Amino acid sequence: MPPSSASYIEGLSAVAESVISDRLSRRKTRHLRERFIEFILFSAAAFSVFVTLGIVYVLVSESVVFFRQVSVWDFLTDTQWTPLFDDAHYGIMVLLSGTLVSSGVALAVAVPLGTIIAIYLSEFAPFSVREVAKPLLELLSGVPTVVYGYFALLFVTPLLQALIPGLPGFNLLSAGLVMGIMIIPYVASVSEDAMRAVPMSMREGSYAMGATRFQTATRVVTPAALSGITAAYILGISRAVGETMILAIAAGMQPNLTWNPTEPAATITSFIVQVALGDLPHGSIGYQTIFAAGLTLMLMTLAFNVLGHVLTRRFRQAY
Amino acid sequence: MSKVAEGSLAASSMVVKAETKNLNFHYGSFHALKSINMPLYEKKVTALIGPSGCGKSTYLRCFNRMHDLYPGNRYDGEIKLYPDNTNLLHAHVDPIEVRMRISMVFQKPNPFPKSIYENVAYGLRVRGERKASIVDEKVEQALRGAALWDEVKHRLKDLAFNLSGGQQQRLCIARALATEPEILLFDEPTSALDPIATASIEELIADLKGKLTILIVTHNMQQAARVSDYTAYMYLGEVIEFDVTDTIFIKPKNKATEDYITGRFG
Ligand SMILES: Nc1ncnc2c1ncn2[C@@H]1O[C@H](COP(=O)(O)OP(=O)(O)OP(=O)(O)O)[C@@H](O)[C@H]1O
Ligand SMILES: [Mg+2]
Repeated sequence: MPPSSASYIEGLSAVAESVISDRLSRRKTRHLRERFIEFILFSAAAFSVFVTLGIVYVLVSESVVFFRQVSVWDFLTDTQWTPLFDDAHYGIMVLLSGTLVSSGVALAVAVPLGTIIAIYLSEFAPFSVREVAKPLLELLSGVPTVVYGYFALLFVTPLLQALIPGLPGFNLLSAGLVMGIMIIPYVASVSEDAMRAVPMSMREGSYAMGATRFQTATRVVTPAALSGITAAYILGISRAVGETMILAIAAGMQPNLTWNPTEPAATITSFIVQVALGDLPHGSIGYQTIFAAGLTLMLMTLAFNVLGHVLTRRFRQAY
Repeated sequence: MSKVAEGSLAASSMVVKAETKNLNFHYGSFHALKSINMPLYEKKVTALIGPSGCGKSTYLRCFNRMHDLYPGNRYDGEIKLYPDNTNLLHAHVDPIEVRMRISMVFQKPNPFPKSIYENVAYGLRVRGERKASIVDEKVEQALRGAALWDEVKHRLKDLAFNLSGGQQQRLCIARALATEPEILLFDEPTSALDPIATASIEELIADLKGKLTILIVTHNMQQAARVSDYTAYMYLGEVIEFDVTDTIFIKPKNKATEDYITGRFG
């Protein structure tokens, strides 16, 4: 090989090398930048996970302190809740019954009405109505719960008292009804989004078979949107179980083991505010109860979410 | 239709099932169909061909009043349905009644989120059929008619989404057949399917002809030639030529039709 051509080839490879290394270095900086962005995103995600874990840690560790003095068995089976009395009892069922009854009333209002509103908005309402109704619903869900609480106490309760003689001024029914009204926008809005996401081709298939609007909405669109609708219900349940203000204002705060919505009763949440607002000494058993109650609340919400997942999957298989 | 009588099919046995008379259709202000006149012969397959956007789907969807689902659409003219001589586009005719008599199969299979059985039973259920024995019988009959029975008879309770694309399309055909429609509309039923599934659907259409009237939109010239008895060539919202399929493909009268058939169309 003549030297000239060898040096030519050498020169070529040198050029190629420089180009490649140039590219490489640029790729490296891009790589670094991506790593950095990835790190920021990861930190944001990790932060929220850590905060959640922190909350769980505090709840559990403080509850452990509580359960050293009160057995889990007593906690679950005792029928009295008197943590601040000399003769202290810690039966969580007392508070749980209030939570379940008021949530039950709320869901009995919010699930049917929310679903009906969603079906109407998604399948029946003309464009103009939907354009007004949707933001209005979202506005409704922005009303502070204190306002709902006073609405229950000062408006709904007197109305109910006219219908049900002897109804006490504080009761679970009024609070539950208003809580239901508060939850309707959530259920309706999330359900409607799920129904709107059902492809038009599926509706056309139903109409082409001679189905009416109502049949199409209930037999095709609703089952197609079922996982989203179930999610809406679960969201509603979580809201109801965790709602505090309305119950604290309108349901009375005396612990009362009852399944009767016309009675006053404390719930887990309203008990927690009551204790948290009072000046109980840090570390006393009375103070410790709110962590046990909080843990119960968290486990309940968790259970509902798991149930929701299971139901969604089950239904998806069954229809 | 003296023009048709010249064709290779015997004119004597032909019964008109539906007749389009001076049909115009508007999407809002867009004039999508222009003065369409053509017959639909009973128990024959009629194909609609033409370039994309010429109005084939629009025309097909007039037959089951699909355009009523969206605001701003307007029909003018008539589609007469025989033997009862009803104008199915008339404002006083309930679109649901029309859809009870005329079924449709769509371009993309669109099964409902239900079991195979319930998909086929859907039309019967919305008509209020309660008797389980009747529904069972008609579901089986429809699935046999759609050449799907043997593949699904052991898994009728399975979700329809678990079927393959070709099976889903045959399921949609079974769904459309279950209510024993007088006319079956197909809008490019094989365009989302592979060649084998396409062949089975074409075979099916060949089996169905003779049992009911079929109107099919297709982009595939060979398909039109294979499955149809009559063909209409559409262009820019008009029917340029309607005739016996053989005539359209062998010696079309219109130069534009010939250019399209032979692929000289731009
Ligand atoms: N909803 C609608 N609103 C307004 N114009 C429409 C609408 N649907 C279709 N069109 C127009 O009407 C004309 C005919 O459309 P159509 O869907 O019937 O065509 P096609 O022949 O079926 O085409 P392709 O073969 O691509 O399916 C097109 O110009 C289309 O843009
Ligand atoms: Mg089309």
